[in-house]
Amino acid sequence: MAVVAAPIPHGGGVVVPTTEVTRSYRGLWSWITTVDHKRIGIMYGVAAGTFFLIGGLEALVVRLQLWVPNNTLVSASTFNAMFTMHATTMIFLAVMPLSVAFFNFIVPLQIGARDVAFPRLNAFSFWVFISGGILLNLSFVLGGAPDAGWFGYANLTSKQFSPGPGIDFWILGLQVLGISSVAGALNFLVTIINMRAPGMTYMRMPIFTWMSLITMILLVLAFPAITIGLVLLMFDRHFGTNFFEVAKGGDVILWQNLFWVFGHPEVYILILPAMGIVSEILPVFSRKPLFGYAVMVFSGMAIAFLAFGVWAHHMFAVGLGPLTDAIFSATTMLIAIPTGVKIFNWISTMWGGSIRYTTAMLYAVGFIAMFIIGGLSGVMHSSPPADLQQSDTYFVVAHIHYVLIGGSITALLGGIYYWFPKFSGRYLNETLGKWNFWTFFITINMTFMPMHWTGLLGMPRRVYTYAPELGVTTLNQISTVGAIGLAFSILLFVVNVFVSLRYSPKAVADPWDGATLEWSISSPPPIYNFAQVPVVHSRDAFWAMKYPDRTEHGDLPDGDGTGSPHAHLAPTGHTGQPAADLVEAKPTLIHMPAPSYFPFIVAMGLVIAGSGIVFTFALTPVGILIMMAGIFGWAFEPA
Amino acid sequence: MSQAVAERTSGAAPPAASTTHALEAEHPHTSTGVDSRKMLMWAFLASDCMFFGTLIATYMVYKQRQELIPPVPREIFDIPYTSVSAFVLLLSSVTMVLALDAIQHNRVARMRTWLIATALLGSVFLAGQYYEFTSFFSEGLNLSTSLFGSSFFLLTGFHGTHVAIGVFWLLSLVVQSWRGKITQANALTIEIAGLYWHFVDIVWILIFTLVYLIPE
Ligand SMILES: [Cu+2]
Repeated sequence: MAVVAAPIPHGGGVVVPTTEVTRSYRGLWSWITTVDHKRIGIMYGVAAGTFFLIGGLEALVVRLQLWVPNNTLVSASTFNAMFTMHATTMIFLAVMPLSVAFFNFIVPLQIGARDVAFPRLNAFSFWVFISGGILLNLSFVLGGAPDAGWFGYANLTSKQFSPGPGIDFWILGLQVLGISSVAGALNFLVTIINMRAPGMTYMRMPIFTWMSLITMILLVLAFPAITIGLVLLMFDRHFGTNFFEVAKGGDVILWQNLFWVFGHPEVYILILPAMGIVSEILPVFSRKPLFGYAVMVFSGMAIAFLAFGVWAHHMFAVGLGPLTDAIFSATTMLIAIPTGVKIFNWISTMWGGSIRYTTAMLYAVGFIAMFIIGGLSGVMHSSPPADLQQSDTYFVVAHIHYVLIGGSITALLGGIYYWFPKFSGRYLNETLGKWNFWTFFITINMTFMPMHWTGLLGMPRRVYTYAPELGVTTLNQISTVGAIGLAFSILLFVVNVFVSLRYSPKAVADPWDGATLEWSISSPPPIYNFAQVPVVHSRDAFWAMKYPDRTEHGDLPDGDGTGSPHAHLAPTGHTGQPAADLVEAKPTLIHMPAPSYFPFIVAMGLVIAGSGIVFTFALTPVGILIMMAGIFGWAFEPA
Repeated sequence: MSQAVAERTSGAAPPAASTTHALEAEHPHTSTGVDSRKMLMWAFLASDCMFFGTLIATYMVYKQRQELIPPVPREIFDIPYTSVSAFVLLLSSVTMVLALDAIQHNRVARMRTWLIATALLGSVFLAGQYYEFTSFFSEGLNLSTSLFGSSFFLLTGFHGTHVAIGVFWLLSLVVQSWRGKITQANALTIEIAGLYWHFVDIVWILIFTLVYLIPE
């Protein structure tokens, strides 16, 4: 059968024959102009990984400075810059974009789509993100890095107390990253709602896609608060307004409110995708459907809804009054309920399953353990009297790292081990993987567990040194040794990636006997993802397709779990309808969006315009002109 | 053969949409039936609500803790003047509806007229805001005079920027219609611009009420 010519629409787009499984991706230009969600996902992953290493080095400087009391390794101001850039980098340039890498690569595949709803907007988000990250880090060489902490409390950030350009870089960087995040979130919101394969109702969506959707809603609604806060700060610093000028009646608490109205939803933006990843890994390696799928979905929604009503728990030390404190304390404790429900559901998913401890599964189980510890210390903060003791001490540092490293990063690393065959067409080495996991698991506990005591003994965070009389020297040294071990573990991961890309065997389409549609296509997927758009008849669509005799909520038949999907591929099962229709693809032509360089140009224009606040305002009109030219080209380019 | 393949590819799409890819490109099949661009605009407006909400909240908070640094709102606002410009903006929503109605009935020239009218009314509003700002400056109110000055100019300026972007957008639609790019089939392009325009108008009603009519 020859390639069948389908009518080609007027102008634009590229037509890809399904016989062409992978296109040769060559040259920098093909990456700059790409609108393929998979390549954009890979770029997000690589960039986030690089920023993660930079943020990690900054943390090492902090830990080395705290090795002995009254240390003089770095100055107080360098120390301030290090912890500020460490937190800002890890949150905005590492964990968030690493989650975005998963949204990009996995979500369209899980919902059976050929790309996102707006492929060029997606490329735009990436280029804005990468420029924001580079600008923020340029501050190190251009006049000093920001040093007012990642939550940049007013009036530390005022011209009076921070005259240098560091804070301006911070404002610019966060604004630019905010634009990228919101543009990306709007795109994926529409993608998930509108691009689902036929038959994939909301309650049949894979759980990772669900958690992604909830994250998008949080991003779209939470980012405006910090964006406006940063605009107010920028006007204070450059245009003479008095929003945070106490002498003119300005209120520094306004900043705290604006920041944390964003800041608390932000922690769920960081953890919900991780929860989604774990909820994908556990069922596959337990060979059981996710326990309480609907409850998992609704508890995710409950977490997101409550997220907007708890922000003042970051401000108990301000003295907002007993009533305010009591209300925010109660709403905060409420969040523990849906979170606890999730933990019990994960454990119940594993209960009675035939568990395979692959590296991905180890990370997922490790996530549950670490997240319980981080969650419990979080509940402790929700009580104002306890929080007053813990506020601004290392106890809080311990909590946030258990949630963000023990939680988010652990799950994200697990997700990389799980989906790496799909990303790259090769497996990550399991032996190196297990070494990586166990060193990681031991060293994060060694680094952050002692900080609970360091904090309760009274060591304040963000102070560049401590006195020997405080009695925390040994605890600090354990943490520092742990941090060096953690760096070693991350190095092991990086080595694993490079070694595996070169020497690992080529991956099959469905190495883990997966439940969701991304495993139904080759590894890595062809440019158009699905030769035939699948039709979905139940949850866990790919399982149902492979095991037609299985009832929707039933366990899988016994098997070695090595997954040999094509043996099971049957278009119909004798129990009735097949779960998903996947027929051997006939050669045909598929219309895909064309590469475009306009997203890159618009992103560059936007960043140049914004750079006016750190360099010279003459740049702003230049940037706006470039941006308008780019938008013009974008609008008239046939999509 | 090609039709059969295309039909399979588009899944449950109606037969009309599955005969050629060209038709699919113009009316992409979506899970909800709502066009993705329209949904994108709705989601963006939800986000924009939070932007304006934060700015309005800032203004309201600072209005209460106002130390009476002159000029205060009561003495500086010219309610009749601002009422007229609010009315002009409200009127532009009507002309926007007429533009959409025209293109839905395939009357491109009439749509163009109404689009130009909408852009003109928007420009009149902007000119009015420019005049208002300059007269406030001359009475001694600027960004750094007081918290009132800071939060007033930022809020109304943010809204004015939205109107300016809207005017620019409307004019680019006019240019596109001259090039024959806007037809009854893609009236959605006008509808989406209209969604944005009406949102900006509604926000002004809110600002006008909260800032001007209840100044204390
Ligand atoms: Cu919080």
